[in-house]
Amino acid sequence: MMNIGLDVGSTTIKCVVLDENEKICFQSYERHFSQITEKMTALLTKLKNEVVKNNPVQLAISGSAGMGIAEECNYPFVQEVYATRIATAKRIPEADVIIELGGEDAKILFVTNGMEVRMNGSCAGGTGAFIDQMSTLLNVTPEELNHLAQEHQKIYTIASRCGVFAKSDVQPLLNQGARKSDIAASIFNAVANQTIAGLAQGREIKGNIVYLGGPLTFLSELRKSFNTALNVTGIFPENSLYFVALGTAYSCKDNIDLDHAIGNIKNYTQSGNFLSIPPLFNSTEEFEAFEQRHKKAVAKRGSITTYIGDAYLGIDAGSTTIKAVLIGSENQILDELYQSNSGDPIPIINQYLINLYEQYPNLNIKCSAVTGYGEDLLKHAFGLDYGIVETIAHYTAAKTFLPDVDFIIDIGGQDMKCFKVRNNTIDNIFLNEACSSGCGSFLQTFANTLGYDIIDFARKGLFAKRPVDLGSRCTVFMNSSVKQAQKDGATTEDISAGLSVSVVKNAIYKVIRAASPDELGKHIVVQGGTFLNDAVLRVFEEEMGVHVIRPDIAGLMGAYGAAVYAKEHNRSKGNMLNIQKLKAFSHHVKMVTCSLCNNHCKLTVNQFNDSRKFIGGNRCDKPIKQHTSIDIPNMYETKLKTLLNYTPIPGPRGKIGLPMGMNMYEMLPFWHAFFTSLGFEVVTSPLSNRDVYIKGQHTIPSDTVCYPAKLMHGHVYSLLNEGVTTIFYPCLTYNFDEGLSDNHYNCPVVAYYPEVISANVPELEGHIFINDYLGVHRKKDFPQKIHGVLNKYFDGISLKEIKTAAEKAYAEYERYFETIRKQGDAIIEQAEANQKPIIVLCGRPYHLDPEINHGIDKIITSLGAYIVTEDVISSRVAKLNTTVLNQWTYHARLYAAAEYICNKPQYNLVQLVSFGCGIDSITTDEVRSILENNGKIYTQIKIDEITNQGAVKIRLRSLFATLEQ
Amino acid sequence: MAELVYDETGRLLFTKEMKEEYTILCPTMIDIHFRVVLEIMKSFGYKAELLNTASPNIAQEGLKYVHNDTCYPALLVIGQFLDALNSGKYDINKVALIITQTGGGCRASNYIHLLRKALIRANYPQVPVISLNLNGMEKNPGFSMNIPFLRKMISGLYYGDVLMQLKNNIEPYEDNKGETKNMVDKWISLLSKQLSKGEGLSKAQFTHNAKEIVKNFAAIPVHRTPKVKVGIVGEIYVKYAPIANNDLEKFLASQDCEVCVPGIVNFILYNIDNRLEDIRLYGGNSIKYQINKILLDYLLSLQGIMIKAFQDYPELLAPTGYYHVKKLVKNVIGYGNKMGEGWLLPAEILELVNAGYENIVCTQPFGCLPNHISGKGMIRKIKEVDGRANIVPIDYDPSATRVNQENRIKLMLSVAREKIET
Repeated sequence: MMNIGLDVGSTTIKCVVLDENEKICFQSYERHFSQITEKMTALLTKLKNEVVKNNPVQLAISGSAGMGIAEECNYPFVQEVYATRIATAKRIPEADVIIELGGEDAKILFVTNGMEVRMNGSCAGGTGAFIDQMSTLLNVTPEELNHLAQEHQKIYTIASRCGVFAKSDVQPLLNQGARKSDIAASIFNAVANQTIAGLAQGREIKGNIVYLGGPLTFLSELRKSFNTALNVTGIFPENSLYFVALGTAYSCKDNIDLDHAIGNIKNYTQSGNFLSIPPLFNSTEEFEAFEQRHKKAVAKRGSITTYIGDAYLGIDAGSTTIKAVLIGSENQILDELYQSNSGDPIPIINQYLINLYEQYPNLNIKCSAVTGYGEDLLKHAFGLDYGIVETIAHYTAAKTFLPDVDFIIDIGGQDMKCFKVRNNTIDNIFLNEACSSGCGSFLQTFANTLGYDIIDFARKGLFAKRPVDLGSRCTVFMNSSVKQAQKDGATTEDISAGLSVSVVKNAIYKVIRAASPDELGKHIVVQGGTFLNDAVLRVFEEEMGVHVIRPDIAGLMGAYGAAVYAKEHNRSKGNMLNIQKLKAFSHHVKMVTCSLCNNHCKLTVNQFNDSRKFIGGNRCDKPIKQHTSIDIPNMYETKLKTLLNYTPIPGPRGKIGLPMGMNMYEMLPFWHAFFTSLGFEVVTSPLSNRDVYIKGQHTIPSDTVCYPAKLMHGHVYSLLNEGVTTIFYPCLTYNFDEGLSDNHYNCPVVAYYPEVISANVPELEGHIFINDYLGVHRKKDFPQKIHGVLNKYFDGISLKEIKTAAEKAYAEYERYFETIRKQGDAIIEQAEANQKPIIVLCGRPYHLDPEINHGIDKIITSLGAYIVTEDVISSRVAKLNTTVLNQWTYHARLYAAAEYICNKPQYNLVQLVSFGCGIDSITTDEVRSILENNGKIYTQIKIDEITNQGAVKIRLRSLFATLEQ
Repeated sequence: MAELVYDETGRLLFTKEMKEEYTILCPTMIDIHFRVVLEIMKSFGYKAELLNTASPNIAQEGLKYVHNDTCYPALLVIGQFLDALNSGKYDINKVALIITQTGGGCRASNYIHLLRKALIRANYPQVPVISLNLNGMEKNPGFSMNIPFLRKMISGLYYGDVLMQLKNNIEPYEDNKGETKNMVDKWISLLSKQLSKGEGLSKAQFTHNAKEIVKNFAAIPVHRTPKVKVGIVGEIYVKYAPIANNDLEKFLASQDCEVCVPGIVNFILYNIDNRLEDIRLYGGNSIKYQINKILLDYLLSLQGIMIKAFQDYPELLAPTGYYHVKKLVKNVIGYGNKMGEGWLLPAEILELVNAGYENIVCTQPFGCLPNHISGKGMIRKIKEVDGRANIVPIDYDPSATRVNQENRIKLMLSVAREKIET
């Protein structure tokens, strides 16, 4: 008698066969490249011939990809986590907690003291697929990644919530020259943190911990990261890959006929029941006409060997590729370079330039410009003349193809940039936010997963009969959509076409938010490497119902634009390295943490051989110039300073702690005055930083809540660690009514997060945690109500005392607002006097927290603008009529601020949006329309645990470039 | 043809002429209840139609016209309307839309505004939208929410709860496939007729009807085999609407489960009680308090009648009384938590666990703000209070795949089965 357990996962098939003594007599592990039924039948046939022979046999199936087959063919299906549990109970009975990472799943099983199982939700990518993606990004295999990590010296913060986020963290590090080994270790560290943060949810991981699954089996450094994060040494059992298959084998129940099973699975007909859209082309004629039309958009070419005259160099240091174009005096392309940057663009450009000079000794590069993520670094390394923001580069290039271009969409490897052009200036910029990167590298990753190169893969899609409709979400979701489609019988062609559709839909509906072509423009240029893919181009034209221009150099437009820009501006400083210097060129990188302010930027210091130096990763000029742009008035700094003045005043009733986050950023003056008056010593938790977050992350129950809320856990721990035994963090359904809105709610998360803290932070046990519901909006009733609440916790606080305290609290709150409005007014006056641009940097009160805003305020001041906040100007307008229900106090200020600046040329608005803020899906559209209806540019910056500084800079620099024009 | 009339804020009104000429489209959500409610609307002279479309195009339309980070229910409700308007089935100059509006602090209160924005972008500026709410928001000359109307509507929902509860209780065990469903249909039509005529509203008629219904259903021959008992809770739209939850009830039935979905009555009571809680917690007008208290007491007495109708049938699970449910979360979460499903969500979990439905699917739209707190945020605490609870939270969204959702539910069911076996 033999038991076969099959674990058909998202990327692999694992098999275990047990003999009658429950000994493993066969095991195998292979990638299935989505050829699931074929691989399964082949495997079972092999078992039949080589292992089982004529023995009676039982079969059970597990794994996400095996579910459909098991059901259809009527074999027992064992849920994979459950299978793990069965196997562990038999093999490692002493286990307390099991951590298993798979291709796309992460699981934690608590075995002892009340069994519980946790599986990652739908937005959690810290898994095998994530590690694969990261390896691709670093241009190494996962095994090499592991080797690299062994030599690491330091760990960077990388968001691991999903691959897309992490990429936008890793890429800037690469571009700034961080060491690959440090990045590799940081990736593993991020996975460990993600798993613990996402799945522990308040339950401590301790005792005997077992590591299972592919990534933890193959990657020793990943295990080390878990050991470090959990402060244990986990058990790493033999057969750690096979526990699911093993548990499945243990769960077999009935004898089966193996031949019959092989037949069944072979004939397992997929439903063919997937959502599809019409084919991209109905006939070859249609395709040819399409091809002909697009062949017309070609750039001028010239021969570098015969060319005489000045040449101009443009470089585009993109996120994954590096591009260079050399042009002549008529914009004709003399030479070009397009290749993967392999994580380090410097040697590539160095070699490219050396080759150019060696091959063409007469070449005279008159002027040069660089754009893209690596702009700063390359400009400094090679002494290039101009560094320009990408939008300007792309617009410059697009104009050479279509002088009256009014809309440009560029989809590159990692990012997407779209912008409108009005009156020859860049008007409205759309960039993909950190979570929606349906871009080129995404197609590439899928092509690789399915075993194709990107060109073949894309071509396959052109003539797909039934392109599968995959929706328009992020990569993590897309993985499972693709899996589902495969399960339902979609062909590779259908999937390829479907992915192209998804890239386009993502761009149009999510990034640009256009529902019709009228919302884009009449003269559209599409570019970026991804548009070289005909399928993507076709879908874009079909979806929008327009014909567009795709230059033949779609992938080189940034570099081409930079070259044209260099030619047009043509004021060389003559710093460009010559051949001797290029040959002698070398550089090395050192990482340091800047300690000049609260942002603690991780700086990459590039030291070049000729004793020049370049510092990257900084937000402000402090580390470079030593003196600083601090003189530029910044309401974010001013407000924060004002709040920090509320320091503890010792009192007879002892300490009461306020966690310094969320609405406490505005309520602090109120509660400080209130409790100080009552004789409490009001202490606050320190300003947020990464460590504060880590302290509390294991108690966060919902991984999709906004980062400001997540930080609250750490703040409560900070207070507890400081020995504060009374913590005050009340629920506030309502905020103050500022007369700007129909109602004056707080958002659900601000209002009720204290409940989450109370329910999920076990250490609060035995301490006083006051999270009662209070109504500060009803000044008259407030004293009596809070009297009732406080008397539950303390003896002998009289109503009279409370009434006095309340009066002081309300007065202090007023005074605080008066102060900051005065401070704001002063900034505005100064800006007006000096004729400086004013940026209204708006968001929520808690966006003052440097850990939340990631120093974006400093980036803005470093660009020369004065910063005010929305609450400084919101009181200057009356309540306005919005097209949405205006019912939240904080959000009403945004509308008011937008309204206020509408007719003021000196002002512009930048809105900070925390990832996961559902309410901002409403406010952003409304603020945008208030501004755009009045001819203003709307700029939104999404922030989370991390932020993509590169994207932020592009956005802000483009805004400023436009303002200058 | 009816003239387009706007109020001072620029809102397109539903006029008296429109009432004569227009068809009002009503979105899918909770099937049994809405079918009854629709008949009641008709009896007031409205031409109304309940949308029962489920095509994948619905989500696509939603994604096209609504901010993609907006919650899934908004995408679907708006997508369903646009899909209907695009279908060619309706004269787009003679059609209106109706949508509920809660007015709470959750972004759901904004659905109606997002719908109007979407209509304008999709080139249907002429289509009026009616807000159905209990707060007196957005009045329309052609749509009067007077006391008789609301009384009938609410009665319809009460009956809906009884029917839904019985259906869930009996259908998995019925001897003759389809009998329970037929019984539901029979009663929907009977009740619709009664309510249209203004019958079935008094306490006496309520008592009579409820008893008859329970008696009728109890007479359906069943064979009770042990099944895994699963409760469904969560955000109100996702929890009920099959287009939102990927046919969750059907899937659970296919896994040999008996499902219990708490009804809508307690949600209504919760909404009214919230006004009392607000006044209790923060102070306020005592007259307003008294009026709402009277309303709440009246509605509670109707609930009492409903529950009482079950008392002779211990094999059938009666709906749980509001105050009993409320008491269950006394030490779990504060009664001030009133956005979205608020404290009612963990309360319903505990209600289900107590009634033997220990296995819970907690459904929410991806990124649902209130459920960060009252759903996922409370799971740990609930397990502390009642260790029997076996809860799986599931996020729904246009691209969350069924495979992943079902896999997680299966994990929860494996644990449930193990408990049954031991």
